[in-house]
Amino acid sequence: MTNEIKPHDNKGYLDMELLRFTTAGSVDDGKSTLIGRLLFDSKSIFQDQLDQVAKSSERKGLEHTDLALLTDGLKDEREQGITIDVAYRYFATPKRKFIIADTPGHIQYTRNMVTGASTANCALILVDARNGVIEQTRRHSIIASLLQIPHVIVCVNKMDLAEYSEKRFEEIKEEYEAFASKLDVKDVRFIPISALNGDNVVNRSENMDWYEGSTLLYTLENLHIGSDHNHIDCRFPVQTVIRPKNDKYHDYRGYAGRIASGVFKPGDEVTVLPSGFSSKIKSIDSIDGEIAEAFAPMSISMQLEDDIDIGRGDMIVRTNNKPEPKQDIEAMLCWLNNQGPRPRAKYILRHTTSDAKAMIKDIRYKLDISSLHRNEEDKDIQMNDICKVLIRTTKPLLTDPYRKNRITGSLILVDEGTNETVAAGMIV
Amino acid sequence: MSNYNLTHIKELEAEAIYILREVFAQFENPALLFSGGKDSICVAHLAKKAFFPAKVPFPFVHVDTGHNFPETMEFRNNYVEELGVKLIVGSVQESIDSGAATEEKGKNASRNAIQTVTLLDTIETHGFDACIGGARRDEEKARAKERFFSHRDEFGQWDPKNQRPELWNIFNGRCQQGEHFRVFPLSNWTEMDVWQYILSENIALPSLYFAHERQVVRRNGTWLPVSEFIQIDEKEEIVTKKIRFRTLGDITITGGDESDADTLEKIVDEVASARQTERGNREDDKRSETSMEDRKKQGYF
Repeated sequence: MTNEIKPHDNKGYLDMELLRFTTAGSVDDGKSTLIGRLLFDSKSIFQDQLDQVAKSSERKGLEHTDLALLTDGLKDEREQGITIDVAYRYFATPKRKFIIADTPGHIQYTRNMVTGASTANCALILVDARNGVIEQTRRHSIIASLLQIPHVIVCVNKMDLAEYSEKRFEEIKEEYEAFASKLDVKDVRFIPISALNGDNVVNRSENMDWYEGSTLLYTLENLHIGSDHNHIDCRFPVQTVIRPKNDKYHDYRGYAGRIASGVFKPGDEVTVLPSGFSSKIKSIDSIDGEIAEAFAPMSISMQLEDDIDIGRGDMIVRTNNKPEPKQDIEAMLCWLNNQGPRPRAKYILRHTTSDAKAMIKDIRYKLDISSLHRNEEDKDIQMNDICKVLIRTTKPLLTDPYRKNRITGSLILVDEGTNETVAAGMIV
Repeated sequence: MSNYNLTHIKELEAEAIYILREVFAQFENPALLFSGGKDSICVAHLAKKAFFPAKVPFPFVHVDTGHNFPETMEFRNNYVEELGVKLIVGSVQESIDSGAATEEKGKNASRNAIQTVTLLDTIETHGFDACIGGARRDEEKARAKERFFSHRDEFGQWDPKNQRPELWNIFNGRCQQGEHFRVFPLSNWTEMDVWQYILSENIALPSLYFAHERQVVRRNGTWLPVSEFIQIDEKEEIVTKKIRFRTLGDITITGGDESDADTLEKIVDEVASARQTERGNREDDKRSETSMEDRKKQGYF
């Protein structure tokens, strides 16, 4: 890491934003090579990691160090040459810190993609320049759109095998745009790269001087992520109540939680749901003193002027902007478990900090995630299926549509018997 | 219109505090695994923030191998007293004496692997349903797949293929009787993030992290501290060097780096220019390419 700024300098290193992105694509698209290249060219690889990779490459009889091996995971995977799960990787440049949710691209791993995508600001979708837009590309894009990832970067990889052809790049771009017009993605960019040789990943390509856009790393460093959180609708799900019960803080009650969206300030008129009582924010507290305004995704603790009975699962909102309490919930569901939903089975539904018993009342349709076709005949749900359902809960939940709010619009279903997380849902 | 952006350190802090409160709300009997190393000190510091002005609501558990740096033990005792939390010590020596664990023999023997026996015993004895730890995903490749809420079966084992998907910020901590969770609030932190946080919060640490004069021997490419617990050959020369430790494990397996970094600022700069990973000097990780993965499956921290 060579930088003009001293790393301990507050104005530099301590003042970075965090960007979370997912990478979708199969082993054959060169995804591991791309991640390896990003880590290597941004100088995020340590010598001992590199030594290990060089040794493994040699053992495999390769002529050069295979950067893809940097992202190799567990023994089982190395033996079978597959990736089992979401792996998280980290790197930083002087401008930003990055968290990569690296998800395998095989068809049976939709669940992992959905998992990785749920917290991402950005999705990298890899396309092989020789193959163009294939079924897998469409699947990844549909998942990115369903999960409302704010930014999508289509990396047209292996340009070295397509003679670095501008014409080929433009063809793929047009093909993708024609298909993506049916999706709900706000920000799509295209970058022609060669992960193997490093063209346009961190360093500009000399082989593609016709490309006038930014390199991948520059794009990641400069995406505008300030608007990715909802700062309009005030939603504060209460996680727990802090009651010190000592002499100094005898009557103290702090409502602790993480702000889902919106901005809260002392003096704000608020309503507590589901009870509907109104009060004012007395203070927003922290160990470092009182906070003048709090916004997503801060974890805070607030006191109210009035003594109201509030507990985990309640939500504090602004009096003039409330979520919708719902017991009949329409949602897009991604099934994550190898056992499909049993008829009339009851699940535990988790939504923000609240729990309720729930039943899938109706399966409206299954979504074919290569064609967006809605299949109303086939109601047989298996792992990795995405479907639209109607869920009935034992108590009203305080929901917003997922499109408006990724936190108050998302839910999971937990099997009562096995305790496994069986489905992830986006409220329509 | 203000700029509603958090810096990366503040965002990681908010995430960790959220996780700690989630543990408190979801589990009956959680504990915090505290070794006196920088990561567990960070977790403890975050717990102080998460429950302010109340006390940290978790007992601290230390798995004591008996091969500690004295400086770490002193720090541990003072810190626990300052926070007013209960300290529970699981003794590896007792596990060896009772026959539950068998000690390794030989020049490079360590008690690293048998800690697992003591840890699982301690968890079982006290009926903990969640143990909060300071592990990070960037430490080692087997940890890159770790969850915030890491499910362990009744044998304390971790099955990489059977970890629950974690979506958005909804965490599922439901488990059967006898099973438990390990919870890692620092999952998304890197070594650099931890040091920057320690610097920006001015968190006190054991003196071992700062450069100091110490008697060491050169072994397997690292400076190993001289102590009553290691066997020194006639061929090995004891020298005095100015070193610091990037990571603290047992005194028998923790190698130091030659360094002049004796302030937090200097340490942050040194970490930024390091060419080795933090655990590069941990003998326990060097034994085989999959040593961490294998130990985790057994129930290791």
